[in-house]
Amino acid sequence: MREFSYSLAASLEDAAHRAKAAGALLIAGGTTLLDLAKCGVTEPEAVVDISKLTGFGEIEVTDGGVKIGALARMSDVAEHAELQQYFPAVTQSLSLAASAQLRNMATIGGNLLQRTRCNYFRDPAAFPACNKRNPGSGCSALGGVTRNHAVLGVSEHCIATYHGDLAVALTAFDAVIELTGREIGIEDFFLLPGDTPDRETVLQPGEIITGIRIAATPAARKSLYLKVRDRQSYEFAAASAAVGLELEADGGTIRDIRVALGGVATKPWRARAVEQALIGKTLTEDTVREASRLAVEGAVAHGDNAYKIDLVPRVVARAILTVGGLA
Amino acid sequence: MTLMEPRKHGSASDSAVGSRLSRLDGRLKITGGATYALEQPVENVAHAVLVPATIGAGRVVSIDTSAAEASPGVRLVITPQTEMGLLVSGDWGGNRPEIVPYHPLSLDVTYNGQAIAAVIAETIEQAAEAARLVKVEYEEGAVVVDLFDPKANNRKSLDQMAVKWGDAEAAFAGAAVQVEAEYRTPREYHVPIEPHGLIAEWSGDQLTVWEPSQWTHGMARMYSEWFDLPLENVRVISPFIGGGFGSKGAPYFYGAVAIFAAKVLQRPVKLAVTRSQGFTAYGGRASTQQTLKLGASEDGKLQAIIVDGANETSTYADFTEQTEAATPLMYAVENFRSSHTLVKTNTVTPGALRAPGKNPSAFGIESAMDELAYKLGMDPLELRLKNYADHDYQSGKPWSSRRLREALETGAERFGWSRRSHAPRSMKEGRTLIGWGIGCGTFPNLRNSAEALIRILPNGRVEVESGSIDMGQGTYTIVAQTAADALGVPVDLVDVKLGDSLWAGAPVAGGSMLASSITGAVHKAAVAAREELIALALTEEGSPFRETGANTLSIENGRITTSIGDGPALDFATFLRQVRRESLEVRRDTLPEGTKPADANKFWTTMANVQGPTATDFSVHSWGAHFVEVKVDEDFGTVRVSRIVSAFDCGLIYNPKLAESQWRGGIIMGIGQALLEEGLIDPRNGRVINNNLGDYLVPTNADVPHIEVISVGEPDLEASVLGGKGVGEVGIVGVAPAIANAVFHATGKRIRDLPLTLDKIL
Ligand SMILES: Cc1cc2nc3c(=O)[nH]c(=O)nc-3n(C[C@H](O)[C@H](O)[C@H](O)COP(=O)(O)OP(=O)(O)OC[C@H]3O[C@@H](n4cnc5c(N)ncnc54)[C@H](O)[C@@H]3O)c2cc1C
Ligand code: SF4
Repeated sequence: MREFSYSLAASLEDAAHRAKAAGALLIAGGTTLLDLAKCGVTEPEAVVDISKLTGFGEIEVTDGGVKIGALARMSDVAEHAELQQYFPAVTQSLSLAASAQLRNMATIGGNLLQRTRCNYFRDPAAFPACNKRNPGSGCSALGGVTRNHAVLGVSEHCIATYHGDLAVALTAFDAVIELTGREIGIEDFFLLPGDTPDRETVLQPGEIITGIRIAATPAARKSLYLKVRDRQSYEFAAASAAVGLELEADGGTIRDIRVALGGVATKPWRARAVEQALIGKTLTEDTVREASRLAVEGAVAHGDNAYKIDLVPRVVARAILTVGGLA
Repeated sequence: MTLMEPRKHGSASDSAVGSRLSRLDGRLKITGGATYALEQPVENVAHAVLVPATIGAGRVVSIDTSAAEASPGVRLVITPQTEMGLLVSGDWGGNRPEIVPYHPLSLDVTYNGQAIAAVIAETIEQAAEAARLVKVEYEEGAVVVDLFDPKANNRKSLDQMAVKWGDAEAAFAGAAVQVEAEYRTPREYHVPIEPHGLIAEWSGDQLTVWEPSQWTHGMARMYSEWFDLPLENVRVISPFIGGGFGSKGAPYFYGAVAIFAAKVLQRPVKLAVTRSQGFTAYGGRASTQQTLKLGASEDGKLQAIIVDGANETSTYADFTEQTEAATPLMYAVENFRSSHTLVKTNTVTPGALRAPGKNPSAFGIESAMDELAYKLGMDPLELRLKNYADHDYQSGKPWSSRRLREALETGAERFGWSRRSHAPRSMKEGRTLIGWGIGCGTFPNLRNSAEALIRILPNGRVEVESGSIDMGQGTYTIVAQTAADALGVPVDLVDVKLGDSLWAGAPVAGGSMLASSITGAVHKAAVAAREELIALALTEEGSPFRETGANTLSIENGRITTSIGDGPALDFATFLRQVRRESLEVRRDTLPEGTKPADANKFWTTMANVQGPTATDFSVHSWGAHFVEVKVDEDFGTVRVSRIVSAFDCGLIYNPKLAESQWRGGIIMGIGQALLEEGLIDPRNGRVINNNLGDYLVPTNADVPHIEVISVGEPDLEASVLGGKGVGEVGIVGVAPAIANAVFHATGKRIRDLPLTLDKIL
């Protein structure tokens, strides 16, 4: 690990100012940053610690929804009783993520910005080619072991999965990311790899995430985060789905439905085709299973990850059937 | 004094052996009071960091160390060109070639991750940074990635391992029912929670090494040979080990590097192998492949077993993962044939990982037996009982003890096996498929000699000293229990000191042989100490017993007493004072009679004298049977083990609490092997890409169900002095096939290559 300077940010402005410098990086919980520094992926010259700033760690529940400070810990949000009631998919996505130790350290802002677990990205010494790390160098994953790589949103330049869970739940419910000086809908916050996989979000140097807002909706209240994986705990998703459902007064017709996917796409993935196919329909197992197939429209397999294309519709269907009381 | 009456475990309230004493080192460990090797407070230590190769095969054409050498804090850079002046050491058997130089680092790259150089600096950060500045240029060669690589044509048939009786080919060809299938297991890793590494310190020509070790004496011997030192000049210290599983029984190249650096720099050097280097600094379990053929009559009598197995090894050394190790022992069969082939691939040489050979072997035969049961339409339990081996068909010898039938019957009863419906997919709970499976296991009983030193200290406490080790399996505890019983003192009067190669000799803590070897020696020494105390009491001036005229004395609860009326009862401290003795020291060994003192070391420092399971007139093994329930989500292909009942015959159990914990630990590793563990190898450069604990998955608590373990063993005095058989490894053997069989029962899918990940079941 190369030597770097470390300083505590005095204020948000101070942090924003210092983070603009070339080679400077913010640190919150440090669970992504230090990991990647040890792998030799990030080589910060200056690390600016924002974890001690006050005023960005609160969770405020209002009539309209919730605002979560960027410095709130994953575990605080996961265990928040009101959030568990109004946004179950959100709290579940956190309690099913990482391990208890990591959740106690890691922050919500840092969580959104976690990097891919693509093994080729994480091993620069043995795999110099990685367009995400080093634009134009190629992609070592192509032709490699790709069991955990994405099938949706991929490009010929990068097939790395976005592995975070929280952002998937937030994507289902159109959360808004608050930055220093502006705010942006979560779907626009994350970028597809295209031919610039090194650019993962719209965040500019010196911009800081200060919080996220989620509107309270009936679909968010009747929601679920389903994470499928080989190990029962402490593993990234082979595929996951955040779903929310609102039925008409008749108790059978779908008024609103939200579906977002994790573990299978290059960014948190909203499955709008599934939603559109179901709105106005009666909730039955057959309709749900059929609509769920649309979740993998346009999916592309690369070797070992082909199973994800079979798996995703099943995960989506089960999640919808579960919130709908049919599973 | 005769041998202590062997007692049934758990039954004797007055004896320590067999009682459920908690681990004596447990409190120290959970409170952070146990100092592990790399935590030793050694002053002025410099830090060494390895530079791993980033290609899978080829040659180093140049190494540029100038940037590294100029980096802050750097004291030394070692490369293959550094003249280290080492000699090749003897192998595990102690066979040593005449004066052959040993080069821990090489310009020939034979596997990805192989260390090319090492950097030693003032701090670990400086060393790590400088290690990244070492520029290595390679000439790349073709990489043989794994067993199935089409380029893998450097194969070696191990004729000496072939086993044959009867005419298996003919019997198979003529059998009414046949099963033929191929089974595979991937590369698996030890990933002990305490990573590897060492601190080396020289004082003149005396070398001290703090290193987690399953075998202080053996490692000291190999270090002494590398550095051409008398054995007694090398001291390997290892009081606590955070898991070894077979990986800490020998020194590795990096030990030589650190010790050499310490010699050059004339100061202590610490080398910590990183977690990711732990996937290549030493070998895990080799990947294996085996083809099995079973022939049976229509009523389910086995007529032939044929197994042709193979494992990968490195290009520079042979390691055999004997996929036929358990196969010939499990069932009654008149015709048997096996063969084994090594396949050279670009990997680090694989090593021993809990139950080497027996483990993948059981995956093959126990899966194939399940396949046969389904071909026959017969219950898998019934098939096993029907083909129960009443003697060892391979050696022709009787079993010393084999309570596998009791294990199968007791396990089945506790599990509720009779409620199983035979057809695959016939047991469901909503969208969850339920499956029940059986797998049996075995592990040979290995024996070796050991010594033990017992001191009665002036304060009356009893000290037992041995160079053997405790890696969590409970040596401290059973040594105290054994000494307490044989001496007649309460366990809390005994202090046990372990893990120093200068102390009394002991074999490797491997092959499940340490407990029986060491308790034999401790028992003998304690009995001798007791006899000596009694002799002193009867004869020594100042002893109150001399006057009593008693001709028998006893030691009970730490006091020397006579059976006569209200005679004196003295604790050891008082007694020693009265007979004007400072202390008492007794050293005993279990070497074969007539062993010359000069030859004794060979017993502790090599494997040459290890007695195999058929060394006597009997065939001696531990046995186990696992009953597993799995729940499979039909939509997702995810398998959850929901219940396990396992019954074992390991003879006398010295401490049921510790033995159960060993069995459970083995079973949990078996769950990992069945469902999760697999080294993922890049198909182009042979790199193990999931070389960290976030990506190489071992079971978490959430993956481990309630596990009921049962001992059905009885003391086996052919196996060891006190009647115990090996406990540490048999627990894992048979777990993976039991799970795979349960998955077949649940889903109707037979998966023959581990692990059973969801993509294979979907
Ligand atoms: C072994 C392992 C398993 C894991 N499993 C999961 C899992 O199953 N699911 C899951 O979702 N996650 C998982 N994670 C990822 C984990 O959740 C993230 O590492 C964590 O949430 C990051 O938060 P942090 O506060 O520690 O971020 P840091 O490491 O402090 O920061 C991460 C990045 O974000 C930047 N940053 C931090 N805060 C801000 C801010 N407010 N504004 C702008 N930039 C900021 C930093 O500069 C840095 O680049 C796992 C991680 C590990 C190591
Ligand atoms: S998939 Fe993306 S992150 Fe992974 S190696 Fe290719 S470019 Fe790099």
